[in-house]
Amino acid sequence: MALAQNRSTVDDGLKSELGKKGIVVTTIQELYNWGRRSSIWPLQFGLACCAIEMIATACARYDIARFGAELFRGSPRQADLMIVAGTVTKKMAPQIVRLYNQMPEPKYVITMGACSIAGGPFIDGYNVLKGIDRYIPIDVHLPGCPPRPEALLWGLTQLQKKIDHQEIEKAEWYQKSLKREFPIPEFGPKGLIPKFNPEVWRPETASHRRERYGDPVLLGKKMIAPKFETFGDPQVKVGTV
Amino acid sequence: MNTAEIKSLLEKKFPGLEIKIVNDGLVLKPEDLLRVAKFLKESPEFKLDYLSLITGVDYVEFLESVCHLYSVEKRLGPVVLKVRFPRTSPTQIPSLVSLYRGAEFQEREAYDMMGIVYEGHPDLRRIFMWEGFEGFPLRKDYVPEDEDVLEWEDVEWLERHNVKVPEEYKTFAEQLKAAGKEARATRPKPGAEA
Repeated sequence: MALAQNRSTVDDGLKSELGKKGIVVTTIQELYNWGRRSSIWPLQFGLACCAIEMIATACARYDIARFGAELFRGSPRQADLMIVAGTVTKKMAPQIVRLYNQMPEPKYVITMGACSIAGGPFIDGYNVLKGIDRYIPIDVHLPGCPPRPEALLWGLTQLQKKIDHQEIEKAEWYQKSLKREFPIPEFGPKGLIPKFNPEVWRPETASHRRERYGDPVLLGKKMIAPKFETFGDPQVKVGTV
Repeated sequence: MNTAEIKSLLEKKFPGLEIKIVNDGLVLKPEDLLRVAKFLKESPEFKLDYLSLITGVDYVEFLESVCHLYSVEKRLGPVVLKVRFPRTSPTQIPSLVSLYRGAEFQEREAYDMMGIVYEGHPDLRRIFMWEGFEGFPLRKDYVPEDEDVLEWEDVEWLERHNVKVPEEYKTFAEQLKAAGKEARATRPKPGAEA
């Protein structure tokens, strides 16, 4: 994340001193970003248990309104932020890409929870998309199963930092080459077509999962990952450490 | 009333009926299921008027369709009826929709996930998966697709939608197509044919 260049000729110390006296010295960019980051309107939709945490975040105890993001919009046309809260099944994925396409610029996405990041506990299943980042670009990945409301607030503040660091002149949604509409996947005989959008996401060349746990082998009726119980190190046995 | 008593009562009612008791359930022949269920529902001593569950089970050697029946009035149940049949030939299992209307969606689910064909079902089509999906994903020999590999139809689709596909993906998809292979997850499963 590159910091926006400070072009202000006013000294920071002087600025804060003036601020104490009730005089605000600012740049257009600061004002613009302050306004944008203090009024992020999320799109109101939840997919699974993460949505419950999202609802809790919006309620009085955690109070997302402190960060100016309390206005959950029912229409993608009025929303700035998409919180993908929950498991994205293959049946749901096209609708999410469609909603993303319908959101106006500038738009941001937070993936909330292990499922929407990479499939979570359903990664070996036939029905769950292994991460919504296969079809749309993501700004903040928020791990957890589900993440607590504090974590969502943390994710939101990270996004606010990102917005603070964007420059108006160089903002990506003003660039001509920017492509922010992504083709909506279709249902095929074996799963979604395409399996991923190579402009947005590409598979890892080496599987960290396989490296860590080894190739799963069939032992009787059970699948066993050889290095699973030793936590990747064959020298270390569980319980001996 | 326990399972053995129900079994002896049924054998008295239907002479020549083959019943086995497995795990507190009655295993019937597919052709007997409908008349036994009809009797259990209508006879005054059982009055099993509530069907709580129909599901399929894959035992690798054979498939099984299970239904649980209750009687609200007699506070009886669950009476478990099971039907076993080979997984290779598409044996037709009688549908219980004519007796219990609530069986409709559950039989559709068993068809969708396990590929059990219920004969006499008014509207037997997929319920969870979309139309055009191939295979029955909860069968033990189902191998899901490898989602990290683009196949030729994906490449064609992406190019039709003006997405640049990297050359290495393209050539790999072409090789797969030329070899007549599908990108499936390599993970072996119990009962897989390969």
